[in-house]
Amino acid sequence: MSLLQVENIIKRFGGLLAVDSVSFSVPRGAVFGLIGPNGAGKTTVFNLITGNYGPNGGSVIFQDRDITGQPTHRIVAAGIARTFQTIRLFANMAVIENVLAGCHCRMRSGPVAAMLRLPSQHKEERQALSKAMAELEFVGLFDQAENLARNLSYGNQRLLEIARALASDPRLIILDEPAGGMNELETAALVSLIARIQARGITVLLIEHDMSLVMKACEQLVVLEYGKKIAEGTPAEIKKNPLVIEAYLGSDDEDF
Amino acid sequence: MKPAAGQIRKTAYAAIILLWMVAPLFIGKYWTDVLNNVAIYAVLGLSLNIILGYGGMFHMGHAAFYAVGAYTTAIVNTAWGVPVLWLMPAAGLAAGLFALVVARPIIHLRGDYLLIVTIGMVEIVRIALINNVFGITGGANGIFGISSPSVFGFQVNSIVAPAHYFYLVTAFLAITIVLFYLLENSRFGRALKFLCSDEVAAQGSGINTAGYKLAAFVIGAVWAGMTGTLYASKMGFISPESFSFWESVVMFMIVILGGSGNIAGVLLGAALIIGLPEIFQGLQQYRLLIFGLALMIMMIFRPQGILPPKPRSYPIDKLEKNEVSF
Amino acid sequence: MEQFFTQLTNGLAVGGIYALIALGYTMVYGVLKLINFAHGDLFTIGAYLGLTLLTSLALTDHIGGIAGILLLAVMAMGLVGIIGILLDRAAYKPLRTSPRLSAVVSALGASIVLSNTVMLVYGPSTRVYPQGLLPSQVFYIFGLPVPVMRFIILGASILLMIGLYVFIQRTKIGTAIRAAAIDQDAARLMGINVDRVIMLVFFIGPALGGAAGVMVGLYYGQITFTMGWTYGLKAFTAAILGGIGNIPGAMVGGLLLGVIEALGAAYISMAWKDAIAFFVLILILIVRPTGLLGERVAEKI
Ligand SMILES: Nc1ncnc2c1ncn2[C@@H]1O[C@H](COP(=O)(O)OP(=O)(O)O)[C@@H](O)[C@H]1O
Ligand SMILES: [Mg+2]
Repeated sequence: MSLLQVENIIKRFGGLLAVDSVSFSVPRGAVFGLIGPNGAGKTTVFNLITGNYGPNGGSVIFQDRDITGQPTHRIVAAGIARTFQTIRLFANMAVIENVLAGCHCRMRSGPVAAMLRLPSQHKEERQALSKAMAELEFVGLFDQAENLARNLSYGNQRLLEIARALASDPRLIILDEPAGGMNELETAALVSLIARIQARGITVLLIEHDMSLVMKACEQLVVLEYGKKIAEGTPAEIKKNPLVIEAYLGSDDEDF
Repeated sequence: MKPAAGQIRKTAYAAIILLWMVAPLFIGKYWTDVLNNVAIYAVLGLSLNIILGYGGMFHMGHAAFYAVGAYTTAIVNTAWGVPVLWLMPAAGLAAGLFALVVARPIIHLRGDYLLIVTIGMVEIVRIALINNVFGITGGANGIFGISSPSVFGFQVNSIVAPAHYFYLVTAFLAITIVLFYLLENSRFGRALKFLCSDEVAAQGSGINTAGYKLAAFVIGAVWAGMTGTLYASKMGFISPESFSFWESVVMFMIVILGGSGNIAGVLLGAALIIGLPEIFQGLQQYRLLIFGLALMIMMIFRPQGILPPKPRSYPIDKLEKNEVSF
Repeated sequence: MEQFFTQLTNGLAVGGIYALIALGYTMVYGVLKLINFAHGDLFTIGAYLGLTLLTSLALTDHIGGIAGILLLAVMAMGLVGIIGILLDRAAYKPLRTSPRLSAVVSALGASIVLSNTVMLVYGPSTRVYPQGLLPSQVFYIFGLPVPVMRFIILGASILLMIGLYVFIQRTKIGTAIRAAAIDQDAARLMGINVDRVIMLVFFIGPALGGAAGVMVGLYYGQITFTMGWTYGLKAFTAAILGGIGNIPGAMVGGLLLGVIEALGAAYISMAWKDAIAFFVLILILIVRPTGLLGERVAEKI
């Protein structure tokens, strides 16, 4: 049974057809990869799923509900969390505070409760804090909690983005090039982190350039080129697909 | 070293509070009135700080909300004789509703566009007041004969006895500081700081950025509106000139120069921008020139303001291990 | 009909002035993506410098009315242009790599500094331009009277705009300005001296604003040190109306706003005249923030 279905989704930027009627469906519990040369439209597909862009056509179905064109915060509340290709942390805030941003949508108390210092608000803050610490521990940043986000190494910043996304208790986590800028050791740790996320029952959808990571981590892949889906299948199938080989050889992009 | 620094700061705060509280006993009417103005602008600065400081929205029309509150107070008080302090909630409500209506369509605008539009808004409000909208604002002359506040039957006349008014406005300032401190350190305050830092990331983390921006506007406006009540009852009359674009600029400077997003910084900003020109009377005509230069110089050397906010610390060491769970 | 015609020609003349000022906003925005809030005050300075030159040099006595005013306008333009470059050096150049909003605050500070400097130098009261320098006849078009002054104002602003347009479209430097407006980094890689382009833009824009200042002095006969901010906001509205960063847009927006304002004052309410531009501004930013001629771009995430 599929958790997320993308159906004939289309996105235009002026004259450019960045995503051309792409469809795929992500099974519940899977680690699913979206690959393709640079500029193929992968990030744009993510932005369409998370409501950062409105599609020019097609629909996104999540847990059997049509979420097309909904505002991003609703989509996060519905259970889709994401990270960004270009790291977008709250750079001048503490690491722990960044993770608390993810907790936000699972909390309730508003400004009046805060000004009146209601006990429920107090309790909720404490719970959020421990939840955030737990997520930091999960990604291995427990001792960085009080550091400023901008002082983390590049790899750790990627992990912090994952922790922030996890803090919103997602059903589906979307990772845009999570290994970007990581060294080999960090990448290996990331593969095991992805497995542990999957073990928590969270479905993973990722874009990645590092092919060895994709082959290790993903169970199923969709390949995009020039905004179109050109192939779909298991890593082994994709490796043999002539269209895919041509797409990658045709670009000076990645060793494949 | 850290606890010592914290200790020094606490002592300094206590000393400042003490000095502030006893000041009217020593400084005479004129200077007490100056302190009254400082306090009023401090509250206005703090209310703008919610929008501009935490939320990072370049709002330069705050005087419009202040005006709505002051005019609500003046109109209802002079027409029906309702005691002014009772009108504080009404003034806040009116300003809040006004903000809800006008801010809704503009909050999505990018920084500098928002700035221009809010300038337009405050100008439209001023022109509307001059044109005597609905025939109730008294046109360019404004409204006279607003009563002074009365607390438990005790008349607080700011002209005859500025010191009495001083303690009234100080009480309001104190309440504001406490409430806004709690607000700053809550889910709400955090959400504003997130969207200020990176709006896309805040949305992506599940924060309803448009909703929070609007809420910030409304809360800021409610407070500016209530301050309008204090102002109207202090002066006894109000006119459109009291709520010009320049009034907004002064509030803006208080926040930006003092320390955007930091309560202590805003208080310092109010003291400097309202108090300093009184001390340097001889330089009165250079006042704006100097503030303008200060804005330019600050942006180069200290864009966060004189007292920028410190990163917030969280009591993570107080968490028990068994509380850490998914 | 007569009132309509009167207001239309008046609106076009004022609109030409708005358009000239709007060009300064739009050119700076095009290259730096910065709203130069102090631009309106440069316009004020133009008006005051024009007055000083007019009264102190007495050019009009020596070389005749029209020639004298032309020469003096050119001098005022040059001086305001230089002040524009200095403004950039002092207020914006140090902040090129800072967050955008720092530059906005600095611009606001600069605006306060400039207008208050004018006040300290020339005094806070309204100053009067000498009258009778330009012909005050009235033309009749289809039997409807139009003061010749309106033609002169509109004609002068259109000439300046055409000049600018040709300069931007046809010359090498103009091409460099357009290239820098599209992509500064790419322009730099292509060997364009972007700093020079910025300097030029901060000369031309304020110079046109200065010319507009002189025109306002001649047209209305009186100037105040605070007029820059009203005119500035209206001209900014004109720039937005046409699509900020877009040079023909600023011209169209300026003329359109002038006409809307004049007709609105006549047919809706004189008392609300100054609010009309703000309503237009708010409306356009809500409905079509890219302006009439602008293109929408989505932020890349
Ligand atoms: N906001 C945008 N505006 C205009 N073009 C865009 C925008 N976002 C992406 N594009 C274009 O869409 C295409 C696909 O981009 P993207 O989805 O980022 O590719 P990928 O992530 O596969 O490398 C590219 O040509 C890119 O330039
Ligand atoms: Mg991408």
